[in-house]
Amino acid sequence: MPSELKIVNGRVYDPANHINGDVQDICVRDGKIVDSVSKSVTKIDAHGMVVMPGAIDIHCHIAGPKVNLARKLMPEDHRLDVHPKTAVTRSGTGGIVPSTFATGYRYATMGYTTAMEAAVPPITARHVLEELDDTPVIDKGFYVLLGNNAFLYKLLKEGRKNEFKEAIAWWVNSVHAYTVKLVNTGSDELWKGRKNANITDVNESIDHYDITPVHVMESFIEAAHELGLPHPPHIHCNNLGHSGNISTTLDTMKAAQGRRVHMAHIQFHSFGGELNKNPVSGAREIIDYINDHENITADVGQVMFGKATAMTADAPLAWMLRNVKFDKWVNADTECESGCGIIPFSYQESIYTHTLQWAMGLELFLMSKDPWRVLLSTDHPNGGSFMNYPKLIKLLMDSAYRKEALKHLNQKAVDKTVLLELDREYTLNEIAIITRAGPARALGLMNKGHLGVGADADITVYTEEDDKEKMFNAPRYVIKDGITVINDHEFATDHKGKILHSKPGYNEEIAAEIEPFFEDYYSVRFSNYAISDDYLHDHEEIPTHPKS
Amino acid sequence: MTTTFLRLHTQPDVPLEAEAISPVAIAGLSELGIEHLPVLHGNIKAKIGDFFKVTGKGVPDILLEGDLGKIKMIGAGMSAGSITIEGNVGMHVGIGMSGGEILVKGNASDWVGPEMSGGRIVVKGNAGHMIGSAFRGQAIGITGGEIFIHGDAKNEIGNSMRRGLIAIGGDAGDFTAVNMRAGTVIVMGKMGVRAGAGMIRGTVVCFEDAPMLPSFEFSCKYQPLFLRLYLIRLQENGFENKITDQHLNGKYRRYSGDGIELNRGEILLFSR
Repeated sequence: MPSELKIVNGRVYDPANHINGDVQDICVRDGKIVDSVSKSVTKIDAHGMVVMPGAIDIHCHIAGPKVNLARKLMPEDHRLDVHPKTAVTRSGTGGIVPSTFATGYRYATMGYTTAMEAAVPPITARHVLEELDDTPVIDKGFYVLLGNNAFLYKLLKEGRKNEFKEAIAWWVNSVHAYTVKLVNTGSDELWKGRKNANITDVNESIDHYDITPVHVMESFIEAAHELGLPHPPHIHCNNLGHSGNISTTLDTMKAAQGRRVHMAHIQFHSFGGELNKNPVSGAREIIDYINDHENITADVGQVMFGKATAMTADAPLAWMLRNVKFDKWVNADTECESGCGIIPFSYQESIYTHTLQWAMGLELFLMSKDPWRVLLSTDHPNGGSFMNYPKLIKLLMDSAYRKEALKHLNQKAVDKTVLLELDREYTLNEIAIITRAGPARALGLMNKGHLGVGADADITVYTEEDDKEKMFNAPRYVIKDGITVINDHEFATDHKGKILHSKPGYNEEIAAEIEPFFEDYYSVRFSNYAISDDYLHDHEEIPTHPKS
Repeated sequence: MTTTFLRLHTQPDVPLEAEAISPVAIAGLSELGIEHLPVLHGNIKAKIGDFFKVTGKGVPDILLEGDLGKIKMIGAGMSAGSITIEGNVGMHVGIGMSGGEILVKGNASDWVGPEMSGGRIVVKGNAGHMIGSAFRGQAIGITGGEIFIHGDAKNEIGNSMRRGLIAIGGDAGDFTAVNMRAGTVIVMGKMGVRAGAGMIRGTVVCFEDAPMLPSFEFSCKYQPLFLRLYLIRLQENGFENKITDQHLNGKYRRYSGDGIELNRGEILLFSR
């Protein structure tokens, strides 16, 4: 007996299929969207409601040892936000870094059905896969950190481009990642080697490797292009949070040379001004460049006032933040692969830099010409919890609300931005692009982010309201894989999402190259490193499109 | 009737979280209303009436009878009124209180007065660990109020406290006033090891010799005037047997620390 469902009378926003608020019926059979269903099917009457595909978070931190460290670091945060079990869902703790179960359910209660964990060192991927499996409702995948990998640097130093490409493919396959992530390229290597060392210019040499971060990034972008990964390298630029880092960000975008690349949380990389002085907004330069270059996609990494947690593979950055806020923190080394830093943080209205960051994020959104390429994120939990998304959507859709909010902020910082002059208001269609269709396209997820025939039946139905925060805070129905998970605001059933991963093809001889390095420098044996398919649980392979 | 009287008739099998036994929660309720207030028995929701016999309407003064060693969170968030407990009491008594007074005639368990900002808790017997302490992970502990323990207390008294006064009539365990921000802890018996570890400001007083951490430095021997005022006040509040004229008029050795922090805290040891 096939499971069928029909959503009738709803106003449908499906930008990928050019449907902009038309009243249409959506038919679902066996977890997919289909043309038609039988007459006796269960119906959801969405009269006066808005129907959208399930939302997709392209950049967040929700699983793995670093997230767990943050959870352990903040027991006081969990005490105040208990997530009780219901008849069908499990219990957990909330706060700024929720437990696995709470993460999945809370994403679902906002209409999110897919989320991508953005930074996983390969050696911790096993733990990440297990935690992702325990994150209910949503589909999920992760990006593997290879941008500070000692072995790959060695190959680049020796100029062995082909082996470099093969090794990347081996790594993505071995840990079941979705794509590659580069964080503050070159800096973790330096940071581990010398006290307080960091890369300040992407054209400077990475110590004894005789290669520059730009060269590393170029090589990754080229390799990912040739391997045909569904999502291009996901890049966290150098010099995050330093005044005047726009030049670094622009250099990085130029390194793509017209190939696809994703710039993560660009708000943090849009600081104008001079180093070691108060930053000014550089949003204009960055967004102009992105507007003009179709090969670039970006997520904004909006800062929201209140609690946050800096959680990053950028270890030198964590040290910088630690010196801003003398409180508990973690800084860690991840073998030959990466670094890590975690600091509980809070963004305050009265502080110049915090207000500036908040305003810069909104500037980027409002000056973006192509919503398909400038996507919504708060870099959860770095800019604030993902639970802030509805509020952010309201800020984008309601200029009166935005201007009222501006009055309560640090006015020196507000004066340094052009936010007061920006009257643009996002439409529901544009919101559907930056939260659904855009991320799906950037990720190369052909079956998500739209409601055309053959798409995954991940659907959200919102009651239309004037207060957009209220509207996006609580969808009336959330349908995942054709199953009504949230029915009339209440969880009707638990559901398990899939792990999304890619499997670029490679020459298996590369393993023999990597093995000796492992036996010399790693704490685990080579044969124990690659993760068996058992850890994938429910999964879906997203096809690659190699260029030969 | 001028007090609300609660008598324990059924001992809970596992600790009972009874935030509802507080002047804030029972104010204006009838006997039946109070009996129906929710409590958590382990992970099961129950009612006050399942464990207590209630006599009298909900007024700000509460009298509790029975062995309440398994009853937790009595007096949660109270801002006025009084609670008298004719026996022992469980953990987290007076959590988050900002005013009023709690008198425990028996012993108290761990975590007396966490997140307290005002009011007073008096324990006639002994108390457990973490008195007036910050919860794990919190940067600051109590921000005001007074906690008087007439018997002994265990480890980590006044962990991260920011303001307020904690007085212990007997001995204290290890790590007294660890990570203290400010405020005062007075121990009239012995102190365990590592007193004042990580303290930034604030005062720890002890009537006996105590092992000092190497990061504390001897500064002088003197007669602190403020201490005399504090001790006279404590004498008036039931510590008259513990505080003698010698303590009032004697000299104290002052150690400053913790050297790994701001070095503005002090430990005063009574010098015979």
